[in-house]
Amino acid sequence: MLEAKNIAVLRGEQVVFVELSFTVSPGEAILLMGANGAGKSTLLRLLAGLIPLAEGALTWDGQPILTDPAVHAGRLRYLAHADALKPSLSVEENLRFWARRWGGDIAEALDAVDLLPLAELPARLLSAGQKRRLALARLALAPAPLWLLDEPSVGLDAASIARFGGLLAAHRARGGMVLAATHVPLPLPGARALRLGRPA
Amino acid sequence: MIALLRRELLLAARHPADTLAACLFFLLVTALFPFGVGPAPETLARLAPGALLAAALLAALLPLDRLFGAEAEDGSLDQLLLSGLSGTQIAAVKALAHWLTTGAPLLLATPVAAAMLNLPEAAWGVAMLALGLATLILSLLGTAGAALTLGARRGGVLLPLLVLPLAIPAMIFGAAAIEAAASGVSWRPFILLLAAFAAAAAPLAPLAAGAALRAD
Repeated sequence: MLEAKNIAVLRGEQVVFVELSFTVSPGEAILLMGANGAGKSTLLRLLAGLIPLAEGALTWDGQPILTDPAVHAGRLRYLAHADALKPSLSVEENLRFWARRWGGDIAEALDAVDLLPLAELPARLLSAGQKRRLALARLALAPAPLWLLDEPSVGLDAASIARFGGLLAAHRARGGMVLAATHVPLPLPGARALRLGRPA
Repeated sequence: MIALLRRELLLAARHPADTLAACLFFLLVTALFPFGVGPAPETLARLAPGALLAAALLAALLPLDRLFGAEAEDGSLDQLLLSGLSGTQIAAVKALAHWLTTGAPLLLATPVAAAMLNLPEAAWGVAMLALGLATLILSLLGTAGAALTLGARRGGVLLPLLVLPLAIPAMIFGAAAIEAAASGVSWRPFILLLAAFAAAAAPLAPLAAGAALRAD
């Protein structure tokens, strides 16, 4: 279980949010809502351990998560705004490093996002939506309990969103947690909404 | 870590122009010296050790500002930091990959450059050894510099200003080793000092780079 108690984050001198508390239990999904600049991406980066916590406590099953970033990194998959693809590598080669780190079958992961027929194609030839799907394939490689998704559905067509819904459902059925920042509805039935607002 | 090294080498193989550019830069800079100081063989041979070292260090510096910059821009750096590898491990692999794709190919170009500078043939072996160690030192220091200047405005200018002063010992001992070999004196102490410098930088530079990557 992921628990945040009265957390606050500073970016430079600017307060992004303060006194934010929430819990996420296995199988649960949380939608992060809020205007541009409300701190949705910042919260996801904080939960990934990429930026420091200014105040409060973040715990995973009662243990503080930021004491050992490498251990925490093993528990999560982070899908950022940027797709983190290398244009000169093929679709399959882009996943190869992650498959070696995490295990999992590349062909199965590509099949889950319907990119298997394009496996040999250099990533620079993919469309924006296909690049997003390739970034999503990283989630499908090997299970991890916590998924942090930053506007995961950007550029996806209806069929891809439906397929992504299947991935999310399978992840939650395994007891996985999802935190997703979004402005559009996502295929996450029963998800709770967490509203972030600028501090007055 | 091996998986990351394979990824780095695969990426370098897809961009052979970067490696080639460093080698050609090295050869062109050494080729400029005869034009500047005149073709007198003795003058050139006297200049050769310093010119080789300086040209090699500058050439190895070329691809450094993209070392982490390219990864940070496309979001790969965040993903690498979350891959379960520590920042230190990532930096160590990056430094090794930089040496393998820039420093090592420069060694292949060394005989050509040495011939252009009229370095006595007896010293070519030592020259390759000295350049290999000096570029390894630069790869390590440069990785730390690249991590520190990541995200800084004009990082590309800041990086050489930060790294080159630190590389002065490599320059001194490397050139002294080649000079000693060319004049028939024992070159071992200089190479050993160079190796000691590399041995000290091998753990320290990745540690510094890893801390800088995390803090960013």
